[in-house]
Amino acid sequence: MVVNHTSGKEFSEAQPHDSEFRRIIRVFLKRWVSGLGLLIILATIIIAIFAPWLAPYNPYEIDMPNALLQPSGEHILGTDFLGRDSLSRMIYGARTALLVGLMATAIAASIGITMGLVSGYFGGIVYMLVMRFVDTLMAFPLILLSLVLAVLLGGGLHNVMIAVGIGLSVTYARVMCGIVLSVRENDYVLAAKASGASNLRIMLRHILLNCFPPMIVLVTINMGGAIMIEASLSYLGVGIAPPGAAWGSMVTDGYRYLLTNPTLALTPGLAIMVVVFAFNMAGDGLRDALDPRLRGLL
Amino acid sequence: MIGYIVRRTIQAVTVLILVTLVVFLAMRMLPGDPLTIYIVQHDIDKITPEFQAQLMHKFGLDKSLPMQYLDWMSGLFRADFGRSIQYNESVTTLMAERLPVTLYLGLLSFAIASVLGMLAGLLAAIRRGRMLDTIVTSLANLGICTPSFWLGILMIYGIGLKLGWLPIQGYTSPFDNFWLSIRQSVMPVFILSAWGIAFVARQARSSMLEVTRQDYIRTAWSKGLRERVVVMRHMLKNGLIPVVAVMGVRFSHTIGGMVVIENVFNIPGMGRLMVAAVFGQDYQVVQAGILIMAIGVVLTNLVVDISYGWIDPRVRYD
Repeated sequence: MVVNHTSGKEFSEAQPHDSEFRRIIRVFLKRWVSGLGLLIILATIIIAIFAPWLAPYNPYEIDMPNALLQPSGEHILGTDFLGRDSLSRMIYGARTALLVGLMATAIAASIGITMGLVSGYFGGIVYMLVMRFVDTLMAFPLILLSLVLAVLLGGGLHNVMIAVGIGLSVTYARVMCGIVLSVRENDYVLAAKASGASNLRIMLRHILLNCFPPMIVLVTINMGGAIMIEASLSYLGVGIAPPGAAWGSMVTDGYRYLLTNPTLALTPGLAIMVVVFAFNMAGDGLRDALDPRLRGLL
Repeated sequence: MIGYIVRRTIQAVTVLILVTLVVFLAMRMLPGDPLTIYIVQHDIDKITPEFQAQLMHKFGLDKSLPMQYLDWMSGLFRADFGRSIQYNESVTTLMAERLPVTLYLGLLSFAIASVLGMLAGLLAAIRRGRMLDTIVTSLANLGICTPSFWLGILMIYGIGLKLGWLPIQGYTSPFDNFWLSIRQSVMPVFILSAWGIAFVARQARSSMLEVTRQDYIRTAWSKGLRERVVVMRHMLKNGLIPVVAVMGVRFSHTIGGMVVIENVFNIPGMGRLMVAAVFGQDYQVVQAGILIMAIGVVLTNLVVDISYGWIDPRVRYD
């Protein structure tokens, strides 16, 4: 019993070994709003996938005798001006919102990351050209750019996705280019070059992978942004063709009956807000968890 | 410094020329034909090939694309933005009527958001972890994800229709009827600034917190300076640099917000004109409107970039 004088108490206070993955989860969940955001995102995904089973009525079925019913046990959020159940349309609206958010973000990320990667890696004239293009798109207010592009492409949900995707891509290009400029100065890039790796291989294996954490954060936050723009566009009248359900156009449709049936216009807006909030908060949590400068502090 | 300003200005002008090209080509690629829309809306009985040709000639649409572009560009230097097909009026006149409305409401919200946002962010940062911080942070987090059109409708419902305190739509110049103008502007300006306040507050708070950790702040405290001096002289100046850097983004977002809000509140500004013009494929109006907005954004970015060195002496121009 001479060997070990350290008391058990000190042992228990020592930091347990923390794997990187567990550390990220721990920091992420430390802020409860990030966890709440993740929970809301998961719930929305489930609602969107299982919409046909969750919706109490057919969201497209017109039932004129039952138009503009007040919220009741039968129609929890009432019915719209064509007698369609508002709750069912809200549930199907989650599909539209998530689909557009996901597709627009995917388009934005693939275009933007490619532009940023190429311009940051090669520099010089390529950098100049790409950045002037980015500056040009950034000179337009995003909502107006998406509106013009969506109408230009002929309206409809697909074109809204593409339009919003192009509009958001410049952010990725900017951020990515900035990161690439600093990452490419690392010794391991030089080592890869010295060992004869091709430009493409260096860009994909050594640079792109190291830019992953900030991109994940950007993607999460952009999902919220894309959903918000889709909502604004469908409020202004571009987007899913009738009778399809989108939260933004539900607000527009319900606005005419604001005095008598306020739930029609107000609940879809609340849904947009909650979902965008969820993506923003999850993004903030991820940023804290993935930021190497905060490692050890949190 | 001068060299940097010159280079930066050339860059801004290049971007603006690219903007004119992109806008011009984009509008020409629109499916459909603005003249058909015009004829259907105005003189449906006169729809003959001769009349169409006559209109084509009147609006200069019978020329080749490069010639149309040159026509438009040369017009710009004479402040002649062409002729609106829908309104059958000079675009310059249309813009002159609507631009002041948008500028007035937009700049007012921009200023309010800058001041209140910085203040809120600063207060939250120096009271980190307390009640005030929690309130500011939660409100800011909610503020950036509230759809402006929904907030508008919510306020129209609550404050306008139920309580009857404020008019729910329209715009009056403050020079015509000051009191009515203020009453009509309260809701749009509040909604437009709400996002800005939230955005600036978040930015200001996190950059202030970053600054609080710096050595020179510890030095300032240990010198025995009063809290007011530490905050105002050392923290505020350094903490606001990133807030100034995002002014261009905010400016562009404010204009974007105007596009939506003018439609919610029926305000006869640029935004509503633009949305109608996009749907009516009124080439000249969209071109002119986007160009004016882009000039605003590019100029803001130019001013921000140039003033950066003055705000942050560590920035070197080379």
